[in-house]
Amino acid sequence: MLTMLLMYIKAFAVGGLFCLIGEILILKTKLTPARILVCYITAGVILSAVGLYGPIAQFAGAGATVPLTGFGHALAQGAIRAVQETGLLGAFTGGLTATAGGIAAAIFFGFLAALCFKPKPKT
Amino acid sequence: MQQSSSKQDRIAQYKALIARLTPKSKVGQGALRAFWVGGAICVLGQVISDIGTRMLGLTLMQASSLTSVTLVFLTALLTGIGVFDVIAKYAGAGTVVPITGFANAMVSPAMEFRPEGWVLGTGARLFTIAGPVLVYGVSASVIVGIVYYFIYL
Amino acid sequence: MQAENRIGYQTIEYKTRPWIMASACAVGPREGQGPLGDCFDLVAQDAAFGQDSYEQAEAALLREACRLCLAKANIGEKGVQAMVGGDLLNQIMPSALAARELKFPFLGLYGACSTMSEGLITGGMMCDGGYASPVLCTASSHYATAERQYRYPLEYGNQRSPASQWTVTGGGAVLLSLPEALPGTPMARLARGCIGRVVDLGVTDNNNMGAAMAPAAAATLCAYMDDTGDTPEQFDRIITGDLGMVGSDLLLAWCEKMGHPLPRGCMMDCGLTIYDPSQDSHAGGSGCGCSATVLSAYILPRIQRGEWKRVLFMATGALLSPTTTQQGESIPGVAHAVIIEGVGAC
Repeated sequence: MLTMLLMYIKAFAVGGLFCLIGEILILKTKLTPARILVCYITAGVILSAVGLYGPIAQFAGAGATVPLTGFGHALAQGAIRAVQETGLLGAFTGGLTATAGGIAAAIFFGFLAALCFKPKPKT
Repeated sequence: MQQSSSKQDRIAQYKALIARLTPKSKVGQGALRAFWVGGAICVLGQVISDIGTRMLGLTLMQASSLTSVTLVFLTALLTGIGVFDVIAKYAGAGTVVPITGFANAMVSPAMEFRPEGWVLGTGARLFTIAGPVLVYGVSASVIVGIVYYFIYL
Repeated sequence: MQAENRIGYQTIEYKTRPWIMASACAVGPREGQGPLGDCFDLVAQDAAFGQDSYEQAEAALLREACRLCLAKANIGEKGVQAMVGGDLLNQIMPSALAARELKFPFLGLYGACSTMSEGLITGGMMCDGGYASPVLCTASSHYATAERQYRYPLEYGNQRSPASQWTVTGGGAVLLSLPEALPGTPMARLARGCIGRVVDLGVTDNNNMGAAMAPAAAATLCAYMDDTGDTPEQFDRIITGDLGMVGSDLLLAWCEKMGHPLPRGCMMDCGLTIYDPSQDSHAGGSGCGCSATVLSAYILPRIQRGEWKRVLFMATGALLSPTTTQQGESIPGVAHAVIIEGVGAC
């Protein structure tokens, strides 16, 4: 029980920290949120490839996998694992295989939302 | 030449004036809000992941997919009923940086461009904001895979 | 031959002083909740205004504003000899759609948010030159159509910067005619116009339109003063279109720097008038509809009642497109001024 509670605290702190850095980047530089997303995912891929992101994910769980850097981590680890299993072809299949759930969900639920809802300006 | 250098001066003077008269964003408040909302979303992710591994018997990989899919679904729902942008207005990067930001960036244009048709509206514009994320993320992972192949195998 | 109705380099003088016979506007719910809520002729219950798309809604609001304006002036739809107007969208579609239904001879204008005064200058010249009377001058904008073209989808989660402005949902129409050409008493008349030059001081931040437009506003004001020898004190109000909080401060500071200090007390900005600060509109309202609706609902009635005798109305526009912004081009601004005076004045 205590280890679970500790895990939640770690997820909160690390995940929050990723967001805090993002907010400071948005406010202090001219980076738009779309650019932040691109930077985060690319940074995640690179940090994961050089072996720095794995330990963070080990430590913080969802605190490291839910932010978009974690998406990059999954892409990189997927590519590396697939290369180990199937060779060079794996570089092309591994990344998207590992992240298929999130991407397919975003596409499908996006479509579904367009089917069910209409955007509204707030008053 | 004289003219152009005085124009440069005016541009510089005006820039300084803008910097003085434009209100600044509140960085401390924004960072705090992003921290707690972003942290809370990650805790929610951890709860979903724990349910997956402890109660549904999933592997860590599968549980991670379950977490992504669930958070994306919740984002799509909140975006659809017009609540997500209200939360995002408060939280800023707190909702942008987690996978919720990626999901909202796909769901919102899908809804927005519905009047332009199912194919060229919703279908094509779904990727307008989030497309670059996939382009750079996937490309980087392909490069990582190729480099790994030549270095380690 | 010389252009005989020209004063100085940029200013024109209307020899006949065309009359403003009527004005009307239709706005969205957010504007209806604002401080001018009771002044608008029509407040839509919902931003879609019963239409299938927000573009259609904008066209419908503009069309209603035109019809209300004609009804106030008591003239039939066949009476209008020219409609001049525009909006913010690509190919100024809402104006074209409204003109399609109204069937008036139509000249489309694009001046971004400066369209209302661009229309008054152009329409005024058509009247004054004896080419058309009456002339209907229009401008419209819609928050939802402008957002999707210039920024993000409505449901996209995004924090607005404190300098950003809120596009007004609404359309306004002003009917000009030659003096005494129509029955009824006029609200006001056009005395002069000043056609602005495009000014760009290198602002690239598209969340700070006020800063991009303020130098153009300052340039037009200074040009008018230089051309005519008028002073700011000769106006009851100097009214800018949508400079907002940041742009209004910059205008005062920049005019002072250029040697034409403005009296703070006679300045007014439509963007700062249309919303209450509690409406979370950040630096104020913007869009063609901002100056058009405030002119129609607030400024012209005051001149008609004699509260203001002489007013300089200057809508300001940021001439940007998403394409050039993404290419890193800075934002050129433009401002056109018209001098509107009470009919009793000399």
